[in-house]
Amino acid sequence: MNLAELQRNFRSWLVAPDDAIAGVFGAHAARGLHVYQNNYRAQLIGCLEVSYPQVRRWLGDDAFREAAICHIVGHPPHAWTLDHYGSDFADTLLSLYPRNPDLRELAWIEWSLSEAFVAADTRALSRDVLAGVDWDRACLRLTPSLRLLPATTNADHIWFALDNDMTVPQGAMLDAPGGFAVWRKGFHSQLDRVDATTFDALCSLRDDATFASLCDRLVDRLGEDEGVRRAGMLLAQWMDAGIVADIDDGSDETSMD
Amino acid sequence: MHTPPPTFSGFGLGLRKEHYRDFLDTDVPVDFVEVISENFMVDGGQPRDILRRVREKHPVALHGVSMSIGSSDGLDLHYLARLRSLVDDVQPLFVSDHLSWSRVAGFNSHDLLPVPYTDEALDLVCRNIDMAQDALGRAILFENPSSYVAFDDASMSEWAFLAEMSRRTGCGLLLDVNNVYVSACNHGFDPHAFLRGIPADRVRQVHLAGHSVGPGILIDTHDQPVCDDVWSLYGTAMSLLGPVATMIERDDDMPPLAELMAEVDMARDIATVSARREVA
Repeated sequence: MNLAELQRNFRSWLVAPDDAIAGVFGAHAARGLHVYQNNYRAQLIGCLEVSYPQVRRWLGDDAFREAAICHIVGHPPHAWTLDHYGSDFADTLLSLYPRNPDLRELAWIEWSLSEAFVAADTRALSRDVLAGVDWDRACLRLTPSLRLLPATTNADHIWFALDNDMTVPQGAMLDAPGGFAVWRKGFHSQLDRVDATTFDALCSLRDDATFASLCDRLVDRLGEDEGVRRAGMLLAQWMDAGIVADIDDGSDETSMD
Repeated sequence: MHTPPPTFSGFGLGLRKEHYRDFLDTDVPVDFVEVISENFMVDGGQPRDILRRVREKHPVALHGVSMSIGSSDGLDLHYLARLRSLVDDVQPLFVSDHLSWSRVAGFNSHDLLPVPYTDEALDLVCRNIDMAQDALGRAILFENPSSYVAFDDASMSEWAFLAEMSRRTGCGLLLDVNNVYVSACNHGFDPHAFLRGIPADRVRQVHLAGHSVGPGILIDTHDQPVCDDVWSLYGTAMSLLGPVATMIERDDDMPPLAELMAEVDMARDIATVSARREVA
């Protein structure tokens, strides 16, 4: 058995252990192989527990463990960092609990908060930069920590209650669709549920960052006066919240870079 | 071949999140700290800020777990690029990883899996070390891992493998005394033969840690204090190695900092006694 064969057999043992594979390494190896097998599973379960503490609390330890094992069997790790493991755990939860979109959205919130925590840094943007901006050319650069998901349930309220040891509300569908936004301000990850108009505006900025396009979109949706007024209001809110990281109109004065 | 890693004879501690506050707010009496490289190979946020602030107070060693130097698939260049970025930012005392593998065919076990001590593996590991050292622009230390499986087709001892690997590549060695003890118990070799068999002049750092006792097997869990047998072995190692950086590595069931500092002091005392014995 050459090295490549040995390593592929070892992988097979870890992912789907059986006696035939163990036998390849000799009878004396069984005890040690079980240590590696246990380490592999325990580490991945522990990783999911760390990444999804509120999902675990909401599901309960036993149900969470079953979901974690199901995920591990179907999703062997690939990335160089263990931090990426569990990025698709929400999909496993959806397959196990198809009638609970709140659970999937809760998992998305937890994962996004973790991603935002270590996303690239941005500097605070002062409102002073607004003076002299050429708004016809201005582009809004969003913080790289921003994560967006259409919201259909009250998963944000569930997460907040779990995170603060409060009475957890029943999962419920929203009366009107909106969106979840997760980002980081300073060193603190933030979660907000926004209305459909704001969510659409944020999503559109990822495709077309110009302020003029944002205004056009809001005018189409809300009418001339309200659309322009909302664009200004949202810009101010997003700057204060740290969602807009930079405004660039091509001149040296405005860009923070 | 790269310049050999620097010599440094201080006593340090693995920096873990439970003790971030202590290291940021107080003057912890250590000569250096070691961090897990992968925990800081992120784009930004509080982890990198904490590391920068700790680095202003202490020399930092970067200790990795994901290089997978024994992988038959070769190295992950994306991983090496990210590690190089961290190295450039931190300017660490040492960069280290393990003589092990974790990645094959797109799968990553995230465990330190054992390398068979064969000529084929030695050639491959040396090629990978050359590539890694070139990518990082410096010599790396490699640690002997604890192992739970020995392979029938091994053609040399672990210490002979380490010695030849270091000779061919110029890499340094990180001697984990607890791992020597655990592997010696699990595979029935003499830990003193291991200590005598590695090239002392290549060892730049020593790890001390605790292990757990399983049914008929010892497991390297880093969740216990260093045991008496490992302290004894450390004394022997220090009389063979001379002054070398030593640190306490604790990852689980984390005690208050004072308990770990008591172990750092213990290491310092043992090393001092071993040095006197060597002189005498």
